[in-house]
Amino acid sequence: MSSKTFHGGVHPPEYKELTENCAFEIIPLPEEIILPLSQHLGKEASPQVKKGDDVIPGQLVAKAEGFISAPVHTSVAGKVISLGKELTSSGFPKDSIVIKTNGTVEAQKYLLPTLNPEIITPDEIRTRVAEAGIVGQGGAAFPTSVKLSPPKDKVIDVVILNGCECEPYLTRDYRLMIERSDDLISGFKLIMKALGVKRGVIGIENNKPDAIKLLSEKIKHEADLEVISLKTKYPQGAEKMLIKAVTGKEVPPGKLPMDVGAVIQNIGTAIAIHDAVVKGEVLTVAALTVSGRGIKIPKNLLVPVGTPIQNVIDFCGGVTEDSVKIVVGGPMMGVAQFDLHAPVMKATSGILVLTKDEVAENPETPCLRCGQCVGACPLNLMPTKLARYSQLQKYEEAEDADVTVCMECGTCAYTCPANIPLVQWIRLGKQKVLEMQRERAASTK
Amino acid sequence: METATTIEPKQKVYFDLTTSPHLHSKWSTQKVMWFVNIALAPSVAAALVFFGIYQAIIMVTAVAFAVGTEAAIQAVRKKQVTWFDGSAALTGLLLALILPPNFSLSATAIGSVVAIGLGKQIFGGLGYNIFNPALVGRAFLQAAFPVQITTWTQPNFAVDGITSATPLAALKFDKVLTETSSLAIGNVGGSLGETSAAAVLVGGIFLIAIGIVNWRIPLSMIIGMIVFGGIFWLINPSYPTPIFHIFAGSFLFGAMFMATDWVTSPITNKGMWIFGLGISLVLVIIRLYGGLPEGVMYSILFMNAFVPLINRYTTPLTFGAIREGKKK
Repeated sequence: MSSKTFHGGVHPPEYKELTENCAFEIIPLPEEIILPLSQHLGKEASPQVKKGDDVIPGQLVAKAEGFISAPVHTSVAGKVISLGKELTSSGFPKDSIVIKTNGTVEAQKYLLPTLNPEIITPDEIRTRVAEAGIVGQGGAAFPTSVKLSPPKDKVIDVVILNGCECEPYLTRDYRLMIERSDDLISGFKLIMKALGVKRGVIGIENNKPDAIKLLSEKIKHEADLEVISLKTKYPQGAEKMLIKAVTGKEVPPGKLPMDVGAVIQNIGTAIAIHDAVVKGEVLTVAALTVSGRGIKIPKNLLVPVGTPIQNVIDFCGGVTEDSVKIVVGGPMMGVAQFDLHAPVMKATSGILVLTKDEVAENPETPCLRCGQCVGACPLNLMPTKLARYSQLQKYEEAEDADVTVCMECGTCAYTCPANIPLVQWIRLGKQKVLEMQRERAASTK
Repeated sequence: METATTIEPKQKVYFDLTTSPHLHSKWSTQKVMWFVNIALAPSVAAALVFFGIYQAIIMVTAVAFAVGTEAAIQAVRKKQVTWFDGSAALTGLLLALILPPNFSLSATAIGSVVAIGLGKQIFGGLGYNIFNPALVGRAFLQAAFPVQITTWTQPNFAVDGITSATPLAALKFDKVLTETSSLAIGNVGGSLGETSAAAVLVGGIFLIAIGIVNWRIPLSMIIGMIVFGGIFWLINPSYPTPIFHIFAGSFLFGAMFMATDWVTSPITNKGMWIFGLGISLVLVIIRLYGGLPEGVMYSILFMNAFVPLINRYTTPLTFGAIREGKKK
C-alpha cells in the first residue's frame, strides 16, 4: 500500500506497543475534581455555581462567554467547595471550580434531549456541539462549534478526520478507532453535515493497519467517505502536514486550513459529537493514554475531566523508582509537570511517566552545521538559524526568517546531533517577535 | 486506594521540567565523530596492506598531535578540554590518510598542528571553522614540503609496469593511463587512504546508510564529474574519461569524507547540490589545465569558502509561501 506524506519530519521510536492492546478502562471517581474555566482556546467560561452548591453529573457549572469559548460541565456529583486559582497542566494557575465528590455512584445524570442524526439540521448540530462544551481533542482545544462555522465566503470541500496519532506512546485515538468505529463514523457524518461538505477523508498512519482495515470495511458502502493510509512519520498529524498529504495543498503562512478548503477534526472530537447528538451527553470524560517506562501498569483510560493527575497515576500502579519526568500530552509537544494535583482536562490526550533512559539527554555542543534540522523541518524553516537569532536577540532577523510560522513541533530539537535546544530557542524568539508585532500594531493605531 | 486529605506527602517530586520535545534521537556530537572514525577503518586497513605497517605510525602521530594541539589550545583559551569527542582525532586521521606513504613524521606532526590550530581552533573551535581542517593541514604541507609530499612509494602487490607515480601524475606528465580495475582495488601509487576506491566506498556507504553523510554531496560530485569531465572528454578524447576521473586520485575519498564534513558544507539540500557540482567543475579544470596533477584538495577548499553564500541563497521557501515575483 502506497502511503501519502509530506516533506521532512522524523521517525522516533513509537513505543505504542506499551498500550496499543489495552482496551479503555474506567477510572474510579476521585475524591474531588478541579474544573478550570478555560480548558479551551478563547475566552474563559463564567461560573454558574457558587460555593456550597450541590451539582449532578453533566450539570453546567460555567457558561461560554462569547463566540470563541466553551462551557464547562461537571463530571461528578458533589458539592462545590471552592472557586479560585488552581494550577493546571499547562503550568499556569487558572480560575477553577473545585467539587468534592459525594461518593454516590448512582447519581442522577443530567442529559440534553437526544436528537435524530438523520433529520438534524446543520444549525442544530452547531448549537448542540456548542452547548455540550466540545473542544478539539488534538491538543490546542479550539472550540469545535467555531470550527464548524466557517465564514460564508470560505468554500470547504474536504473534511479530514485526523487518525494519525503521530506522537509516540499515545494510543488513545487508535483504541477509539477500534472500539468505537461506528460512533466515529456517525460523528464524522455529523461534522460533514454541519459543514455541508461532500468529501470526508479519514487519514491514518500506516503503523495502525488494524484501524485502516476496520474503518475501510465500515465505510465500504459510503460514497462520500474514504480512508487514506499515511506514512508513519512525525508530525504527520499536524494540520498543515495532514492537509498536504491528503490534498497536496499547502496552507500559506498565517492562513487557516479553511483557506485551502479543508477542515480537520480529531477522532475524539467526532465521537464526542456523536455522543452529544445521539446520546445527549456533554463532554465530561477524557479518553487518554497513560504510558512510559516509568509507569507500573500502562493503560488507556476514560477519566472524568477534572481528575487530578495523581489519581490517574495511582490507578496505574504508581511510578517506578527510576522515573524522572511526568508529561501531559505526547512526548514531542507535551508539558512537563511539577505538581500532580493538576487536573486532567477536556483535551488531555496522555499522561507519560518517563525514565532517565527514555529522556536521556546528551551534552550540548556547538552547532556542527550538519543541516539535519533544515532537512527535517516540515515547514521548510532553518531551525539552526532561527535559534541563533534568538540567542543573539536578533528578533528582526528572526521575523524576516519566518519564525512566527514555526508550529513548535520539536522535530529540529529531536534530530539535532549537537543536542542544541533548537525549538526551545525558537519558541523564545517567536514570543518576542509576536510581542514586537503587537507593540507595532498598537503604535500605528 | 489510600485516601489522604493532602496529596503532597506521598508525591514524588519531579525536577526535570525542561520543555518539549521530551525525546531525543540517540545521536550526539561525540557519537557521530567516532562513527566517522570507524567508517575510515577499511581505508586504514587498505593503507596498511598496500603500503606497509609503518603507515600506522604516521596515523598515530597525526592523531596524537591533532588531539594534543586541540587540548592545548582549549586549555589556553580556558575552554572545556574535549579529549574524547573524536573530532580532533578524526581530523588527524583524515590528514594521515591524504599524505603520501612513508611521509616524514615530523612533517606529519606539523601538519596536524596546523590543521587543528590554523584550520579549526583559530576560528573558535568545533563548528566555527570555514575550511576543512584536514585539508588546511594538507595544503600547508604541500606548500612547505613540495618535494616530500609528491614522493610516492611503489605499493605492495603492484601490477607489473605500474610506476610509483600516481595515476594522475602518470597521466599528466608521462601520458600513461592506469587501468580502472587497479584504481578500484588500490594497488597504485597515491596517498594512504585514497588509492583503494573499494575501501573508501565501503566506509562512505556505511555513513550514508546510518544518515551521517548526506548522499546529495557525493552524488552531486559524481554527477558533476560525469557531466563536466564528460564534456571535456567529448570535446577532446585524449583527455581521460569521467570514469577515470572518478576512480583516480582523491576524488572518492574527497567525495565521501572531505566534502561531506558537516561544519564546512552547506546546510540546505539545494546548497549541497551546488556545492558538489561546484567541486567537480573546479576539479576538472585543475586536473586538465592546472600545474598540479591533482586538485581535489584545492577544489574542496575553494568551495568551502562559498558555503556561507550558498546557504544564504538556497534558504528554502517557507511551507505554503509563494516565491516573490511569482505571485499568482
